[in-house]
Amino acid sequence: MNRYPLWKYLLILAVAALGFLYAAPNLYAPDPAVQISGQSSAMTVGQGVLERAQKALDDAGIAYFGGEVQDKAVLLRLKSIEEQLPAKRAIQEALGHSEYVVALNLASTTPDWLANMGASPMKLGLDLAGGVHFLMEVDTNTIVKTNMEGYAQDVKAKLRAAKARYRSVELVDEREIVARFRSEELRDLAVSTMRKEFPQLQLTESGSGDNLIVRATLSDQEVKQLEDYAVTQNLTTLRNRVNELGVAEPIVQRQGRNRIVVELPGVQDTAEAKRIIGKTANLEFRMEARPDTLVTNKEYFEYRDERQRQMYGGAWLERKVIIKGDRVTDARVGYDESGFPQVNITLDSRGGELMHRATWKNVGRRMGTLFIESRFVPQARTDEQGNEVIVQQRTDDKKIISLATVQSALGRQFRITGLDSPAEAQELALLLRAGALAAPMYFVEERVIGPSLGADNIEVGVTSVQIGLLAVVICMLLFYRVFGLAANLALLVNMILLVAVMSIIGATLTLPGIAGIVLTVGMAVDANVLIFSRIREELRNGMSPQMAISAGFDNAYSTIVDANITTLIVAVILYAIGSGPVQGFAVTLSIGILTSMFSAIMGTRALINLFYGGRRVQKLWI
Amino acid sequence: MSETKVENGKITEYMGKRVFDFMRWRKLAAALSIAMVVASITALAMNGLQFGLDFTGGTQIEVAYEQAPNVESVRDQLDLAGFEGASAVRFGSDNEILIKLPPEVAEAQTQISARDEKASQTIGDKVVEVLRQNSDGAVELRRVEMVGPQVGEELRDDGGLGMLFALAVVMAYVALRFQYKFSFGAVTALAHDVIIVLGFFALFKLDFDLTVLAAVLAVIGYSLNDTIVVADRIRENFRKVRKASTEEIINISISQTLGRTFMTSFTTLLVLWALQFFGGELIHNFSLALIVGVVVGTYSSIYVAANVLMFLKITKEDMMPPVKEGAELEEMP
Repeated sequence: MNRYPLWKYLLILAVAALGFLYAAPNLYAPDPAVQISGQSSAMTVGQGVLERAQKALDDAGIAYFGGEVQDKAVLLRLKSIEEQLPAKRAIQEALGHSEYVVALNLASTTPDWLANMGASPMKLGLDLAGGVHFLMEVDTNTIVKTNMEGYAQDVKAKLRAAKARYRSVELVDEREIVARFRSEELRDLAVSTMRKEFPQLQLTESGSGDNLIVRATLSDQEVKQLEDYAVTQNLTTLRNRVNELGVAEPIVQRQGRNRIVVELPGVQDTAEAKRIIGKTANLEFRMEARPDTLVTNKEYFEYRDERQRQMYGGAWLERKVIIKGDRVTDARVGYDESGFPQVNITLDSRGGELMHRATWKNVGRRMGTLFIESRFVPQARTDEQGNEVIVQQRTDDKKIISLATVQSALGRQFRITGLDSPAEAQELALLLRAGALAAPMYFVEERVIGPSLGADNIEVGVTSVQIGLLAVVICMLLFYRVFGLAANLALLVNMILLVAVMSIIGATLTLPGIAGIVLTVGMAVDANVLIFSRIREELRNGMSPQMAISAGFDNAYSTIVDANITTLIVAVILYAIGSGPVQGFAVTLSIGILTSMFSAIMGTRALINLFYGGRRVQKLWI
Repeated sequence: MSETKVENGKITEYMGKRVFDFMRWRKLAAALSIAMVVASITALAMNGLQFGLDFTGGTQIEVAYEQAPNVESVRDQLDLAGFEGASAVRFGSDNEILIKLPPEVAEAQTQISARDEKASQTIGDKVVEVLRQNSDGAVELRRVEMVGPQVGEELRDDGGLGMLFALAVVMAYVALRFQYKFSFGAVTALAHDVIIVLGFFALFKLDFDLTVLAAVLAVIGYSLNDTIVVADRIRENFRKVRKASTEEIINISISQTLGRTFMTSFTTLLVLWALQFFGGELIHNFSLALIVGVVVGTYSSIYVAANVLMFLKITKEDMMPPVKEGAELEEMP
């Protein structure tokens, strides 16, 4: 008895081997590298760029190896991590700042045959890799308020046009428009006008005598849509800005109703990160200069689009700015009556006024939209003490994205027509939106982990895993001898499986995550302890060794399952309520529980069966 | 061979294993537990929990000097520079300093609206600048954590809710798998452990941050694990052992699982000590909470859970499997 069929041994062996394969990439330390990609996602970066970058490194005397052209980027590996920053600077200078983003990266050294199997190392959390973490809250009240202000203006205009004379129309509590009327007829007229013109407003009537009131509010659904729009819009804008930073694997994610998480691994200059994330106003609307405008009052700009630039070059615009991008609240692709693409633009109320003032006398002239991209170019300077310091110099790069004839006086809402294709309209709408944040944002959380602290954390984590593991292994050997040996082997397999599963599902390893692994080591042997003490008990009851082994495993089984399921429940709750690091702990704990059930029950049994099974045994070394 | 050995009307040996009379001390243990819980609640009421940055909001800045600095003078430098209410303590080694700024300072920092480009210098940079001006050697910025007060408040609520939710789910699971009297026992034991760990943190005024909350939840998981092993054995023995009182059954079960209880607690404590001594300052309190939790959890699975079962007068009938009819037939004499 106590023999497993061959397939069971093979299965366990196969799982362990697969686990080892998928855990293996973590053994290969990554190379420091620089990654070059295009400014826009449509750009492809090829062999030419690689050669230019290699030449730049040759000139700077920085050792590199293994340049490779990937999907949309070029990767160059460096010999030492200290040379990452100089290398980045050298390449960025050689390639120029306008077209390419050069980012620091860590290149995986996983052998190709492993990578082809889909094996990759675990991702390291910010507390281990170093970097910055921002949590930003989008002030969604502002967007609702801005919108209501706009509606209040529009309602006045429409009521005037419909001759529904009102006593007053005002915004109350930033969320409600209150209109007062002297007579029933006027109010009824106003209500029907507003129903027709503003179906999204909910109207309630009240008041009596000559103080008749109509209250208009946005429905909850409408408000939610606005908030969603604001958050998504800010998310898009943030992504664009983060791309400017040139970070290898940034995370920009929505969290909850109105928050956005930004994680930038490897970034150290938080001031720069904050500056770029928090900047705005990179759109300007200006009238085209008349031929007789003085040179001091006009400026020449090129088109941003390459095709247009080749056809027309650029245009002279007035120096005077009508409005900036922060007045743009929305820009969407639409279609006119004959199906041609257009971009519908909405401004805030102040923007609408300014736009109206600027355009009503200028019908027939052209208005240009400038897109301003700010770049931070590192420049070496010498400070008072004679040290060379790197200063981030801001340069603005202004290009025309649209130059269109003003057909009539423009207001809060207008459209740009005459676009060639839906794709062009899409691009223009994106650019118009990219300029501004839909609503202000506040930094509500900020964490910076220095690279040295990250490295220290990895070190203390690894040390405590090693020492904990060693202590448990010795302890098990002393207590259970041969059985302890089997448990220790199973524990080792458990660790490998745990790392493998984490690598496969792409879980992020954090310092609390390592603590979870250590705790798993202590608790994983529990299943074996349960089984072994049961076997000892059965032996004491006078069972034969073989019977005792079998009974021990069988009797302990349900206890192990019960105990582990409850711990698993707690781990899942922990994951649900926790954030970042705590979730890391919950993830390693849960995976550890699952893998330990396999290794401690099946793995140990297989080893014991292999050793004792199917032969006469007088005494168990337990 | 005889199953049991009886002395003075009590079972002292069962299946060749000595049975300790645990339940003899159960009143004393109950008094001890109640005393510890009362002390913990008092400590919580008097001192409150020293909530860490995650829950209160505020700013923490960790800096490393080349030589060990004078903590007092660091505090004065910050005070002079206008960071009022800043505290500085050594963190880990002599060269490292942890600076804490109250939430109001963080609040002022968070008011950087998107339209303001000037206020982009982070508070961490400002503090390090001040320290660098006052120090001969280099000052390295190791870590900055700024948490807005509203985020902290949410985390505190979520954390408390999570803990209650965990207890409720566990209670339901145990009631389903065992019997409701067991789930009372288990949950009493868990609440006992959690309160004592919290009380420990309140008494010694230790920082209670998000990792400690995670540790407290892990304690729930661990202690439950222990309690279930004992409960499992009690259930088994109620069905197996004939002619024994509830008290004796509980004594037998605890004695049988005692070896395992100690062994597992011991291995877990071993790794936790490894974490505490080698895991660095950041998870020091995490491992401390777990160590306290494991010790208390081990005690509570022996004395608290079983004690509640005694109190609720659990009987053999409570333990009859509801569906397995064959089992009952086997037990017929």
